[in-house]
Amino acid sequence: MIKFSDRQLKIPKLLRPVYLVTAGQSKFDRAMPNKRTEELAVDALTMAAKLIDKTPAELKSYIHTAYYGHFADHFGDQLLGEAVIHDRLGLDPLGNIGVKTGGATGGSTIWEAVKAVASGYSDCTLAMGWERMDEVPTDEGNHLISCAADKDWETPLGHIYTGYYAVMAQKYWQVFGKEEDSFRRTMAEISVKHHGYARFNPFAHAPMKITVDDVVNSPVVAYPLRALDCCLMSVGAACAIICDEATAMELTKNTKNKPLRVWVTAGSHTLRPACRRDMDIPLLPNETDDQYNDLGEKFPGGDRYPGFTGFLAARMAAYYGYRMTGIVDPMEDLDVIELHDAFTISDMQTYEDIGLRPYGYGRDFVESGDCYHTNPHTGKPGRLPSNLSGGLIGCMHAVGATGIMQVFEIATHLWNRWAEIHGDQKLWDEFGREKPADWTDLQVKDAHRALAISHAGVGSHVTTTILMDPDHLLKKDV
Amino acid sequence: MSIFGTVTVKNGKYRPRGDFHHITPNVPIRDRDNDWHLLGVTNPRDMTYIHSYGGEAIFFENLAKGKIHATRCDNPDCEFKGTVYLPFRIHCPDCLARNTVIDLTDICKKTAKVHTFMVCERSGAFNTLEKPIRFINVEFEGVSTILMSYLSVGEPKIGMRLIPIFRTLDPTYTITDLSWVPEGTPEEALPKGFTFG
Repeated sequence: MIKFSDRQLKIPKLLRPVYLVTAGQSKFDRAMPNKRTEELAVDALTMAAKLIDKTPAELKSYIHTAYYGHFADHFGDQLLGEAVIHDRLGLDPLGNIGVKTGGATGGSTIWEAVKAVASGYSDCTLAMGWERMDEVPTDEGNHLISCAADKDWETPLGHIYTGYYAVMAQKYWQVFGKEEDSFRRTMAEISVKHHGYARFNPFAHAPMKITVDDVVNSPVVAYPLRALDCCLMSVGAACAIICDEATAMELTKNTKNKPLRVWVTAGSHTLRPACRRDMDIPLLPNETDDQYNDLGEKFPGGDRYPGFTGFLAARMAAYYGYRMTGIVDPMEDLDVIELHDAFTISDMQTYEDIGLRPYGYGRDFVESGDCYHTNPHTGKPGRLPSNLSGGLIGCMHAVGATGIMQVFEIATHLWNRWAEIHGDQKLWDEFGREKPADWTDLQVKDAHRALAISHAGVGSHVTTTILMDPDHLLKKDV
Repeated sequence: MSIFGTVTVKNGKYRPRGDFHHITPNVPIRDRDNDWHLLGVTNPRDMTYIHSYGGEAIFFENLAKGKIHATRCDNPDCEFKGTVYLPFRIHCPDCLARNTVIDLTDICKKTAKVHTFMVCERSGAFNTLEKPIRFINVEFEGVSTILMSYLSVGEPKIGMRLIPIFRTLDPTYTITDLSWVPEGTPEEALPKGFTFG
């Protein structure tokens, strides 16, 4: 049994308001034999500067400290890659630090950059993440990722991380999905949606027009997960510039970017999925004390929490984040989200962990059409569009960059610049990608508040990044 | 002549012997679509790590003897005294006192059940298990955690009763020395090198 003390459940507080000013990213692809990582990092920083009408040199002159997210040194066979990138970006002799929290590395990197500004240490910070997963063959890449499991107790069992999610998928399908074929098809619909949205994103490396049948008939990787249930392995970089209020106002003066308030909270849980101890469900503001008393009756086997059906780290990141920012009901208070869809099943589990639906009812977020840009059942805007970038399944998973890509994507909606950036023909041409004839503007209208979940292997680390238009805060002085 | 790297410990120090790495030449990577211009180079790496099991060594040693060891917090001052851990935790995660190592073989034989499972058609590099791998997560009565392992006979099902089997012939001293079969499986159906212990 895990128990928390009141001190451990203290709601975090920033000592001063912190703002996201701009962000940028490189092209994402399975392999980039013609570019070194530093070239991708330069592409991302140059884009961030361009979005606020600055030259890279002008933007760099504001940066005081740098936070670098790079998960796997062994992928690129380069220890201290942070020092290489920092030098090549011409940011020496400023202080910098590397951040590594598996799949959550991008979110954790922003977490560190935000805390540096909130504390007053820096007025302007760079959060930059990257990964290159093309420097080893895929099976060796799978082995290297599986090293993020416990190397004595779990890695030797197959050396494949998909397997560690597959056991969760099996349990979730049998307990909450009640072994229904319709549940399996709903899981597959997530992949169809994400590959489909990736078609409108020039940065994305797996745009596909596919059907539910294509997903459920794709090759088995680790049953019940099939190839099209799984995220991509990508190469790319993404960055964000985080500032205090005065610097944010100065950097964005007369530009299209309105500074956005930013908060990041984090949770963690064992990287050994089998080693999860039971506990009471920590409740979110939109849940009631007795809400889960009969969970085991409604869903036999579902009363062991977090068991194999939930991610405690995601629940805790939301627990802190919602209370820190005044979010009561994420379905009402948020306008657009990006979730860490490492696998279709983990996307669905996260709906429950962050309170989009109660535990046991995650499938309804998809089946209701709420998760779409345009609800396929009503033709009206989806209540809370998710992963319009294509997510990790359709856009990319360049691990250290992923959480930052998600924040870039939700910010473009809040800046009302989604179509300008994603529809830019020059960008499609530069990336050597064909803009589809049916390209669709996915800008979420009147978006003021957004959230991104960055998640590491089987929920060992999770961050919640919340962005808000400062004129649409839910709580003052947070 | 090349020999496998081997390690012993004497006077508290590692004593490596043999070859721990092999040098293979770098090879250029060229662009077939662009006049075979140079794009990069391969960097071969073939290394052997030296890894300590520390306080978990007793678990891996005893698998080859047909025993499953777990640990239990016996600290009278711990709020969660009596909690049993498998996978093995050297220290209690609550009070951080050193746990007591206990023999859990009988409980495993009498109470092991499939908590969840999956069938893995693909694997990462360095996998030594035969595919498809039937991964099972095993629950035990009175144990607070669940163990990841694999089924060697039959098809897994949630709730299926299991019996442990052990690689007692040529053990690897890794977690793969422990596997499971459905209750009632005859000895002759076990994979080569495995016994009921």
